[in-house]
Amino acid sequence: MPELFVARTADLKEGERKILHHGKDAIGVLRANGTIHAYLNECPHQGGPVCEGLMIHRVEEDLGPDRTYRGMKYTDDLHIVCPWHGWEFNVETGRCAGDGKHALRRYRVIERNDEIYVVV
Amino acid sequence: MFINSSDPNYTLNVDGYHTGKHLENARKQAEQRNFKDVLIVDVDSHHYETDNFKQIIELIEDKPLRTTALNTYQYKGPSAVLYDQPGYQDIGGRVTRYQTRKTEQIPDDGQPREVSQALRWMDALSVDYACLFPTPMLFLGLHPQHEVEVGLARAYNRYMTDVLLPANPRLKSMLYLPFNDPEASIKMVKDFGHKKGVIGFMVVSTRYKPVYENAYMKLYAMLEEMGLPLSFHASYHWNDQLTSLTNRFITAHAIGFTLFNAVHCANWVTNALPERFPKLKVIWIESGLAWIPWLMQRLDNDYRMRTSECPGLKKLPSDYMRDMYYTTQPMEMVNNMKALELTFEMINAKTQLLYSSDYPHWDMDLPSTIWDLPFLDEQSKRNILGLNAKRIFNLDTSDRFPEKAVAKKVPA
Repeated sequence: MPELFVARTADLKEGERKILHHGKDAIGVLRANGTIHAYLNECPHQGGPVCEGLMIHRVEEDLGPDRTYRGMKYTDDLHIVCPWHGWEFNVETGRCAGDGKHALRRYRVIERNDEIYVVV
Repeated sequence: MFINSSDPNYTLNVDGYHTGKHLENARKQAEQRNFKDVLIVDVDSHHYETDNFKQIIELIEDKPLRTTALNTYQYKGPSAVLYDQPGYQDIGGRVTRYQTRKTEQIPDDGQPREVSQALRWMDALSVDYACLFPTPMLFLGLHPQHEVEVGLARAYNRYMTDVLLPANPRLKSMLYLPFNDPEASIKMVKDFGHKKGVIGFMVVSTRYKPVYENAYMKLYAMLEEMGLPLSFHASYHWNDQLTSLTNRFITAHAIGFTLFNAVHCANWVTNALPERFPKLKVIWIESGLAWIPWLMQRLDNDYRMRTSECPGLKKLPSDYMRDMYYTTQPMEMVNNMKALELTFEMINAKTQLLYSSDYPHWDMDLPSTIWDLPFLDEQSKRNILGLNAKRIFNLDTSDRFPEKAVAKKVPA
């Protein structure tokens, strides 16, 4: 399988991303929570450039033991958000937060000799 | 520019924002579907009139109002002159173009910046003609001073017809009507109805004026005679007594953007306005489609029991609703294609439905949302994307589609 060079490992820092082009496809490679992920840069909703969107933690309701509402808070789960419409995806799994039937198309990432490659 | 996140590590740095780059994937879709051969008319899109708000204020005809507006604007900004309310359509920074579009570098080519910006997204989506509406002014119908609505509406319409529409023939508008003042609305149609690029008039439906009041009959008659459509554009009012029960914008939007149009549409039908103005074309904008079967079913069911309350009707309420026009966005494409297909059948979408993107707003729809529907034949897709609009607005599309090409695509 062909591999695309992405960057030197040290050059992709936490929260950074690079967009590669392979034929007609664009692939987003990003580092989140220390791990490198690669996804097709097309949202399954309407095709937006999802890998160029904001990375932000998942929000959850803060409920008391009596089930009363206390506000909202961020969890440790990191999402990436399509900048066109706001569809959110779990960065680790690629799964859509609002509707688990949808997911980003993932590419395999290889780290070798301090360099990052994506298998296409 | 920087967009804040939950953690500084994930602050998003967006440099060199370009509408065409933001919509690169839309351009790709357009090329894959060969949209260059498809007439696409976007019946509901927006610009931000507040980008050039001082220029608009200076066109207010009422001098004391103009001075007050100018001075208020200078220290409080445009939202203090208009009518603002809570809301964060950008989903707290997640839909990035709300912030980044302001930083877009556009070379000065002699035409207004917003025209150049509009052409960038139109080219990306393969939209041939776009009907432009304002954005913050969509709350102006709630302004407690009706003279402010009238003054700003006239200034805005002058700006639209003197500056924006003449700049490019691909731009059209249904001009804002200050509906809280029926006489001023009539004067607006008289003064601006014949201007180049004006394809109708628009009422922001978020207001507390019922469409059946006698004071509006002259307005409807005038529009009918001039052959200009009347549209009702949805927005929301989070301080409305009912909508204020909602505590999330998702709820305020889902309910608010349908409620006012549903009320006005129900009043329009039960007061038999389609019988009184049979040639007046009426369009319901930006409420999506799911509300229409709901209202059709409710009214038909009640009408057969309470016929005496609607003596002006000669057929079922749903039959009148099927004669009206609707824009597509935001089209509810969830997980039930059968529901959507049935909705299309119930509104006779092939002839009554008009594509709209609502770009650049957060829930915008691309032309592919229509083109990719599995239950539509190609003629229906072409009708909805552009040919229905060409017909009802009597659009001359010869600059984009020479006669030979268009002749093959006669609307059904």
